Amino acid sequence: MNLWHFLAAHRAEVVQLSLEHLFLVAVSTGIAILIGVPLGIALTRRPALSKPILGFANIMQTVPSLALFGFLIPLNIYLFHVRIIGGIGARTAIAALALYALLPIIRNTFTGINGVDPAIREAGRGLGMTDRQLLLQVEVPLALGVIVAGIRVATVIAVGTATIAAAIDAGGLGRYIFRGLRMNDNTLILAGAVPAALLALAADFLLGAVEHSFGRGRRRLNRRHAVAALGAVVVAVVAIVVFTLHSGASRRIAVGSKDFTEQVILGEIVAQTIESRTGLPVERRFDLGGNLAHDALVAGEIDSYVEYTGTALTAILKLPPISDAREVYRRVKAEYAARFHVEWLEPLGFNNTFAILVRGQDASKLGLKTIGDIAKYAPKWRAGFGQDFVSRPDGYEGFVRAYGLKFAEVREMDLSLTYRALADGQVDVIAGNSTDGLIARLGLMQLDDDRHYFPPYDAVPVAREETLKRYPELRAALAALGGAISLEEMRRMNFAVDGEKRAPRDVADEFLRRKKLGGGG
Amino acid sequence: MIMNGQSTAIEFQGAGFRLPDGRALLTGLELNIARGETLVLLGRSGSGKTTTLKLINRLLDPTQGRVLVDGKPTTEWDPIRLRRRIGYVIQEVGLFPHFTIEENVAVVPRLEGWDDERIHNRVRELLDLVGLDPARFATRYPRELSGGQRQRVGVARALAADPPIMLLDEPFGALDPITRREIQEEFRSLQRRLGKTMAFVTHDVGEAFLLASRIALLKDGRIVLLGRPADFLASRDPEVVAFVSCLRSPAEIVAAP
Repeated sequence: MNLWHFLAAHRAEVVQLSLEHLFLVAVSTGIAILIGVPLGIALTRRPALSKPILGFANIMQTVPSLALFGFLIPLNIYLFHVRIIGGIGARTAIAALALYALLPIIRNTFTGINGVDPAIREAGRGLGMTDRQLLLQVEVPLALGVIVAGIRVATVIAVGTATIAAAIDAGGLGRYIFRGLRMNDNTLILAGAVPAALLALAADFLLGAVEHSFGRGRRRLNRRHAVAALGAVVVAVVAIVVFTLHSGASRRIAVGSKDFTEQVILGEIVAQTIESRTGLPVERRFDLGGNLAHDALVAGEIDSYVEYTGTALTAILKLPPISDAREVYRRVKAEYAARFHVEWLEPLGFNNTFAILVRGQDASKLGLKTIGDIAKYAPKWRAGFGQDFVSRPDGYEGFVRAYGLKFAEVREMDLSLTYRALADGQVDVIAGNSTDGLIARLGLMQLDDDRHYFPPYDAVPVAREETLKRYPELRAALAALGGAISLEEMRRMNFAVDGEKRAPRDVADEFLRRKKLGGGG
Repeated sequence: MIMNGQSTAIEFQGAGFRLPDGRALLTGLELNIARGETLVLLGRSGSGKTTTLKLINRLLDPTQGRVLVDGKPTTEWDPIRLRRRIGYVIQEVGLFPHFTIEENVAVVPRLEGWDDERIHNRVRELLDLVGLDPARFATRYPRELSGGQRQRVGVARALAADPPIMLLDEPFGALDPITRREIQEEFRSLQRRLGKTMAFVTHDVGEAFLLASRIALLKDGRIVLLGRPADFLASRDPEVVAFVSCLRSPAEIVAAP
């Protein structure tokens, strides 16, 4: 399916995501204007403050967005009983985007006002204008072109950065991009990226026109303009307050997932099981990037998601890897209860461990069966690993040590891109997931972990103790999933979504019906 | 003293001004400006002329001595009230580029809360006074005017609320010589009609002789000579002589070896 057909077929959804995107950008930039312009003006009156404040705004801009999200999610900051920062969703995305937008707005307000011809300022003072009159009637109107230029830069940055907001379930066009990356689907990636780029161009053009009309010094800030501008910003702020109140209003069971296909399918399976077995309304907060699902669970933003024992042990608890599956389960169950008040329920039945993959034709040509077999080819091979694999303690470093491997080159890239890179011959070996549907689709071969290096990654639903206590029927519903999904079944479901482009919701429903576990989401 | 208070508009009593870094721009200034008088402050660049003006409308406060306006020290005046009683025309004109000519002239009346009708009439009157046709110029922007026209608008703006005192800081400095001479002549007749107290800064000795009731020649922040133009021609002080020599006629210049 090409991009045009896709956009035509999903018109309503594209419009919806674009509106979500615009909402994120408009509210965050509006907040940044409300804070940044007065702050920039204050700095012209107290120049001693300009260094620390501009320095802070500068640093904020350099913080990677996922790291900033991870930092903001556990926070609980309230303003008049309304939570303004913290948790997953639009609230935190807006806070992060507003922080990014601050620098250009503060800086341009500051330099714009300082750039007003001193003779004009002195004339104003000499005529008997108060500082306030000078500011509002002379300095701000003359600096308006420069201030709007700052807002323009901030807006264009926000349009781009807002795509990442999909990683914390804040919506927007980033959903298509993340989904496309996950499913290895270029059309889907473009369906997110192209409208986002068009939004950025449109915002740039519109604000450029506004900037131009002010920049010539032709117009001045008359009362009507000022009231209209202020009104627009106030409406934006009211919108976020309403939005924030609304999102925290109703009590449902919130089921989360990480940001890859298997997780979304498992999220659906958990959600549909809860729906059909308990009748409780379920809110789906899927596609949470990095360890954000864990952060969200501990913060009480979600009630349950599916975690892997090995991931919990090493990446979250930071404990050394253990190879015995039952021992790992016992350990994480005890630690989570003590540290997070989170309970590990029954394992689902499959182990999603790292799969060392090569192209099928290489495997048959060179007779590769186990990881040990590649040792002699490795010095001429390029390896492609996900950021996750490279950084975790049970990942790359221990892996090459255990098998005595030395690659010609190691390329670090997004996990979802490694399969395509391997199939296209850009790299020769990757570390994928054993349950990945793409393994079969792209004709890849999984090598046997004959030295048992990789620890077990049994998939297990985790849930907040508090929620389980309040809804005892939840425990029974989740227990029904114990041992219900085999590795083969998981691979098939992954392939149904990644390979056959079917909706995770339908795949989950079909699975639950076939296993007579219920279903019907 | 009471008599003096009535006839003296501005009085410098040992006034001086020193920058935070310790550099003295003005030292021990003793000077009275009578009502209706035009006092010209003459001197080279950096001699303290502009500093003297800024002490009058409190853009600067004296660091030594005091300056009295209408018998009251400037430091006791509310700076905003003080400045609205004092018209101010500066060297670079300082018209607001985002205001029309009409709006520029109307700045002080508007700050003073006049009604629209009165402002409108006053602007017309003033533009006529400085020789600009209101019908042609009122709705234009400063950048659409020539330097001489802008300078006239600057004078009109300073006169708008009919302040008893006018401060003019090299108002005609940036004009070409012919426009400059025209505008000086016009200004002289305006001066006679309005009868305002004026402090006028220039480094052009010809302009000083043309417009001054009295001239104060400043050098390095001190008064070298204070007197009528005739007193200047009689003085033997080297700084005075240096300035007066600029007045030589074209015939003398051609005849010089």
